[in-house]
Amino acid sequence: MRRYSAFAIAREAARYHQGWERAWASPKPKKKYDVVIVGAGGHGLATAFYLGKNFGITNVAIIEKGWLGGGNTGRNTTIIRSNYLQDPSAAIYEKARSLYETMSQDLNYNVMFSPRGVMMLAQTESEVRGYVRTAHANALQGVTTEFISPQRVKELVPIMNIDGPRYPVLGALWQARAGTARHDAVAWGYARACSDMGMDIIQKCEVTGVRQSGGKVTGVDTTQGQIDCDKLAMLVAGNASHLADMAGFRLPMESVALQALVSEPIKPCIDVVVMANTVHGYMSQSDKGELVIGGGTDGYNNYTQRGSFHHVEETVRALVETFPIISRLKMLRQWGGIVDVTGDRSPIIGKTPLGNCFINCGWGTGGFKSIPGSGWAMAETVAKGEPGALASEFGLDRFTEGRFIDESVAAGVAH
Amino acid sequence: MLILECPYCGVMADETDLHGGGEAHLKRYGPGSSDEDFQTYLFHRANPKGVHFERWRHVSGCGKWFHAARNTMTLEVYGTYSAQTYEPPKAIINAVKKKHPEWEGPNMGEAK
Repeated sequence: MRRYSAFAIAREAARYHQGWERAWASPKPKKKYDVVIVGAGGHGLATAFYLGKNFGITNVAIIEKGWLGGGNTGRNTTIIRSNYLQDPSAAIYEKARSLYETMSQDLNYNVMFSPRGVMMLAQTESEVRGYVRTAHANALQGVTTEFISPQRVKELVPIMNIDGPRYPVLGALWQARAGTARHDAVAWGYARACSDMGMDIIQKCEVTGVRQSGGKVTGVDTTQGQIDCDKLAMLVAGNASHLADMAGFRLPMESVALQALVSEPIKPCIDVVVMANTVHGYMSQSDKGELVIGGGTDGYNNYTQRGSFHHVEETVRALVETFPIISRLKMLRQWGGIVDVTGDRSPIIGKTPLGNCFINCGWGTGGFKSIPGSGWAMAETVAKGEPGALASEFGLDRFTEGRFIDESVAAGVAH
Repeated sequence: MLILECPYCGVMADETDLHGGGEAHLKRYGPGSSDEDFQTYLFHRANPKGVHFERWRHVSGCGKWFHAARNTMTLEVYGTYSAQTYEPPKAIINAVKKKHPEWEGPNMGEAK
């Protein structure tokens, strides 16, 4: 792999950019791999990367039914934060956030991580109490957050109306080191690094069956033929139940559509991420100047990657009160992704009822921010066969034992 | 927009008048059942890509719970029916089979 650098740009400029090589190879699948990872989104690619980097396992295939990073990795609103209430969540999301800080250097790929700060508005008294509690919890967890006053909110985001009649701003939970990153670049950067380590990224290869013998996984049937493996890792977000069904077990989750939209590009007017959980809306401004707006989930099972139109109206209606200047903006695009939501709104990482088959799913509406931490924890789980410290609390067995990581109260919607 | 006919009041209600209640026909387990069964009842859901039997409440109408058969891939609705039943009625099953002859039938909350 040729490294990207200022020198490389100068070199290529001097020869009409003829020397850039493909960022990753697209090989045909081999007969057998040590590890097959289903799903070449951020989580799958990050798992592959840390399997190679931390554990030296490089005989790995990452198979993807569509195109690389074309699922929720390419559909989210790119928010990265770690201000969670529960200790296991804060640990894994903070690990992820800290890995994002050095990701561009680690991958030699500019993921445009922008620690611009994330502000979660408190617009009801109960939210104020909830966020003050979260700020205290974060102090104990070593995550730097603070609860700030409405005046400080106004200083940070001058375009905000903090005295709205329906949704006044009573304060906010502020995480200054949180922010955004370029979501596609995260997938592309990991893919390039994985390909460089000799891993096979196989796109347009849909899993149609899971082969097993004696209670252990032996391989997968795909649209590109049978691929054998010693270990199988499933990281397919909204389709996790569907894949689990092929492997013969059920999951405690439901898949729903979550949608987002962007406005026409305008001059810079907001340089932080604002989340308003009471009204299920969040907003930030992209480098192109578009306002990126995330909405709520649909209230019913759905695999259509569209989302209900009335949720767009609800989200925008509430945001217009908080940000009056957006009232005449045109919206350019709207899209949806299928998120896998568990009962306690926390992910599942760990072993499955099928031997040598591991699962990582249930990130629900908050998967992007956790990509490096999730990959780090999943790689350890796959390599050692047992979850490590970061992942151990997130096992499937927590539903049998009633040992929930209840973020549904703390971060149920905008996540 | 998703539109379902309420089987009680006959109104064609759109989704803003309704509230989804998740998978229908769950087999209920209570005290004395095994941990496994209780967990399955409380948390495990079919979540199929395709035909889904689910509960809905006509919140902005008659307020009653009813059941619907719907396709989660196409958003097609096969029919709605009363909640006073343990399994989908024959007419609904036939409506689904007419559209999808290869369909294997309802997966009634049992793990494979």
